[in-house]
Amino acid sequence: MSLSGVFCSYRQEGKDKIIFVTKEDHEASSNAELVEEDPNDPYEEQGLILPGGDINWNCPCLGGMASGPCGTEFKDAFSCFHYSKEEIKGSDFMEQFTAMQQCLQLYPELYPQEDEASPKQSSKDSAAEGPSAANSNPAPEQDSDTSNPNTESSPGS
Amino acid sequence: EGLPEALPAHAPYLLIGGGTASFAAARSIRARDPGAKVLIVTDEPDLPYMRPPLSKELWFSDDPAVTDTLRFKQWNGKERSIYFQPPSFYIRPEDLDGAENGGVAVLNNRKVVYMDVRGNKVKLDDDTEISYDKCLIATGGIPRNLQLIERAGEEVMKRTTLFRKIEDFKSLDKVSRNVKSVTIIGGGFLGSELACALGRRSTESGLEVIQMFPEKGNMGKVLPEYLSNWTTEKVKKEGVKVLTEALVKSVTCKDDQLEIKLKDGRVVTTDHIVAAVGLEPNVDLAKSAGLEVDSDFGGYRVNAELQARSNIWVAGDAACFYDIRLGRRRVEHHDHAVVSGRLAGENMTGASKPYWHQSMFWSDLGPDVGYEAIGIVDSSLPTVGVFAKATAKDTPKAATEMSGTGIRSESETEDTAVSPVASDTPSPAAENKDDFGKGVIFYLRDKVVVGIILWNVFNRMPIARKIIKDGEEHADLNEVAKLFNIHED
Repeated sequence: MSLSGVFCSYRQEGKDKIIFVTKEDHEASSNAELVEEDPNDPYEEQGLILPGGDINWNCPCLGGMASGPCGTEFKDAFSCFHYSKEEIKGSDFMEQFTAMQQCLQLYPELYPQEDEASPKQSSKDSAAEGPSAANSNPAPEQDSDTSNPNTESSPGS
Repeated sequence: EGLPEALPAHAPYLLIGGGTASFAAARSIRARDPGAKVLIVTDEPDLPYMRPPLSKELWFSDDPAVTDTLRFKQWNGKERSIYFQPPSFYIRPEDLDGAENGGVAVLNNRKVVYMDVRGNKVKLDDDTEISYDKCLIATGGIPRNLQLIERAGEEVMKRTTLFRKIEDFKSLDKVSRNVKSVTIIGGGFLGSELACALGRRSTESGLEVIQMFPEKGNMGKVLPEYLSNWTTEKVKKEGVKVLTEALVKSVTCKDDQLEIKLKDGRVVTTDHIVAAVGLEPNVDLAKSAGLEVDSDFGGYRVNAELQARSNIWVAGDAACFYDIRLGRRRVEHHDHAVVSGRLAGENMTGASKPYWHQSMFWSDLGPDVGYEAIGIVDSSLPTVGVFAKATAKDTPKAATEMSGTGIRSESETEDTAVSPVASDTPSPAAENKDDFGKGVIFYLRDKVVVGIILWNVFNRMPIARKIIKDGEEHADLNEVAKLFNIHED
């Protein structure tokens, strides 16, 4: 049985309802009510920066940077940069940055030293303006096993 | 002084199983516990790898060496390996103790056969004992087989593939090039994906691809009947001979071929069988560890925080967990392995978060059928499907896809090399009722949406996730469907 309304049509096949809608049918905005989000819900996936201001090292946006062989060096450098109160942010952390660079060079397979940002960099590739190593992080780390990127965070998105 | 290097006697973090959930947990632990020492013990010879490409992208690769390289092209054109990380990411188990900043070590080809929960230690199949502080069980499962194949003897068994691991992919690839006919038994995700992959191959090679299953259509346990029927027609267009409502009565080997007799009298002669009839979760350690096994869903029973007992967590296919929103369940999808592995890792390092971020899954069956889904997607539930009515202006799906909008998850890809020639261009005079080109399908339980399929629409998973999370009763699902903008790309 098919019930043709003026625009959309629907029919029922046993327990399954089927509705066809045109673009016009869906033009008016939805009146479906969604529950208000709590930005501080501890159950939710967190972005790069936690509500308290700390860095979420488990953020998928960091790829494997915090968990790989240079994880410690990366965390040291990035923390220093993040918490830096210097006017030129991060100007006081050359030591940590150098240590990180030295570590990354030991693992060219994991951290290929690409020249400058490759055109394929998505906005999700880098979380920091600081350590450029985060920018050159190649696909293998990023794409490995993250689930839906739309809920993963890039800061501000 | 010439002493053989020893395996660690103690691992602060011991992960049993070397698959997706385990790797996700290792990552999470390392991110949160500075200098963490993580030991993965797996009976497989391989480092952790992702499974979906084994029944999807790897089959569509142009590279003749793909069975060696195991590399595939993602939706964005970038190539990557199925391995989560190359060998240099890991440290050797022997070096774990002395690693100043910790690391992830993988011990291959060893099976944990006994778990002593009181003593916080496990025993391997070579009698090595390893104690732990925190332990994750992520043992996945093994493919089920039809009993009547198992009992049919050596000649049948050696012509049968149970598909799950890298070695199965390699083996099936080889078989498919050397036989004239292959039959897939099973009409779910794996069976249908393999059928389409082999069907695609059949156009070049002349391979006969048959798929048979008890349901009325492909994905019959997932899709409402009208959509399952529609999908079956699409699978047939991929070159697959689909036999629906097929119950296997016997399988015998005759003259180097297999003869499959169905209960309704139909007989199929083929060279090789792929059995894709489900997964048996691996709960081998339940007895020695004194862990509860779920009788409804199988797997180890864990709470909402994925914990089985003190210091023991379970994630991935083997975990029967309490989902606060959807109830107790067990999920066998890749993204769930990632999400649950991550969560277990968080909780192993001191968090106490319940399973909350709902995982998703996806499947592609040829150029016209690509969908993403979330929640409980069971065809026995009442459904409401809202589909875009085709108009003269609509373009074939393939053309829409070519614009590169198919971002679903970082770890999956849509084969963008699909030919843009669509097999069915909707014309204004076409019977619109039967064109389920794109839309959204809601699965209801007690008037609440518990599952959603995004049918050939992409990039909308966050709104779907939100609706499931809210758990509200919506009076008019067409209004909810509006939130998805199904008419747009």
